Amino acid sequence: MAEQDRRGRIARRVTLELADGSVVNLGIGMPTLVANYLPPGVAIILQSENGFLGLGPEPSPEEADKDLVNAGGKPVTILPGGAFFDSAMSFAIIRGGHVDATVLGALEVDEKGNLANWMVPGRRVPGMGGAMDLVVGAKRVIVAMEHVNRDGSPKIVRECTLPLTAKGEVDLIVTDLAVIEVRQDGLQLLEIAADTTVEAVLAATGVPLSVPAGGVPVFGA
Amino acid sequence: MAVICSARQALAGLTGGMSVMVAGFLGVGTPEELVGAVIESGVTGLTVIANDSAFPGVGVGRLQDSKQIGKLHASYIGGHSDTGKCMETGEMDVVLTPQGTLAEQIRAGGSGLGGFLTPTGVGTVVANGKQEMTVNGRTYLLELPLKADFALLRAHRADAAGNLIYRNSARNFNPLMAMAAEVVVAEVDEVVPVGAIAPEEVMTPGIFIDYIVIRGEKNG
Repeated sequence: MAEQDRRGRIARRVTLELADGSVVNLGIGMPTLVANYLPPGVAIILQSENGFLGLGPEPSPEEADKDLVNAGGKPVTILPGGAFFDSAMSFAIIRGGHVDATVLGALEVDEKGNLANWMVPGRRVPGMGGAMDLVVGAKRVIVAMEHVNRDGSPKIVRECTLPLTAKGEVDLIVTDLAVIEVRQDGLQLLEIAADTTVEAVLAATGVPLSVPAGGVPVFGA
Repeated sequence: MAVICSARQALAGLTGGMSVMVAGFLGVGTPEELVGAVIESGVTGLTVIANDSAFPGVGVGRLQDSKQIGKLHASYIGGHSDTGKCMETGEMDVVLTPQGTLAEQIRAGGSGLGGFLTPTGVGTVVANGKQEMTVNGRTYLLELPLKADFALLRAHRADAAGNLIYRNSARNFNPLMAMAAEVVVAEVDEVVPVGAIAPEEVMTPGIFIDYIVIRGEKNG
């Protein structure tokens, strides 16, 4: 499956986790795609951590406003009913539990729900931006990522080796192969993709998963 | 009462080694003319407090280009590769701080608070060297306030009393930094008479503002 299709599948599956009317912060990159796949009748309110609610789609080049960008610095729009505010209010919204869900990518996630997504020592240290606050503060943390690294090594591991973004905050992992829930006693396989098998998912995962007796539902068909 | 003057006049008191807050998010809401005046002044060894080092040639990134920063407090340095390089070589001291913590440090600095407790960063390298406190069963980090000698703001409109209005997402760190520095300078597109901005529309009260610099005016 092409990368673009895998990403679309992940984004489409994530939309099923977002209730109509919920306040959501989407990370830069693949999580941003989630907004394009919302089913009819589901409208969510997107929060942009640089200071507004009601994030809308990308404008045409003529409509772009230099003072209206998303958290990646790219031109965006604001929908009717939206609101601008300063960075302290933005993070009061985030840390204060007023964001229903955040969707973000990961370098590693482990069985304790620990997340590493902000730096690779000696290679890439861009800074954490708002990620640490989002992961700690959002009511639900959904990791959306490819199941394995480019070299095929697992991203879902027993214990993160990279510096953590936050400890024990991940609730759900959605990949191109599986939907996995983080529970007190470990990782629970909830669903597998239509073109894979439980065995293949387990082989691509760096830590054992609990597999429900009586079959695993399929997504992305 | 805010004084309307040139960027150079507003920054006359800026000397090497001082601390400067620069508002903006990846250059949006950053006062480019004031940044230009800092570059012109040639002062070095500044402690800069800003959300990010933006990009080469943009916003705070221009102070990175001109090598005037000795220490940087920021949440994101991924847009300007020199910041990471200078951090590695030790040429610059970079304090990477979660964005919400950085915003609150500045807010606390301007609000007379001795610090605050945040759950952000617990269990990560951000917690290194910081005091942890458990309140009602939850663990928090004690984070300390930030203040500065200068704050450089970018607003859309000021009235002659210094009351400010920001445009769209250019607000970000501006209202927080307005409260947290000894000398506060706002670069604006226009100045209107007192009374032309309705009191309920004021985003930053004028009492915080020392100098107003009108963009594009060469008056000194």
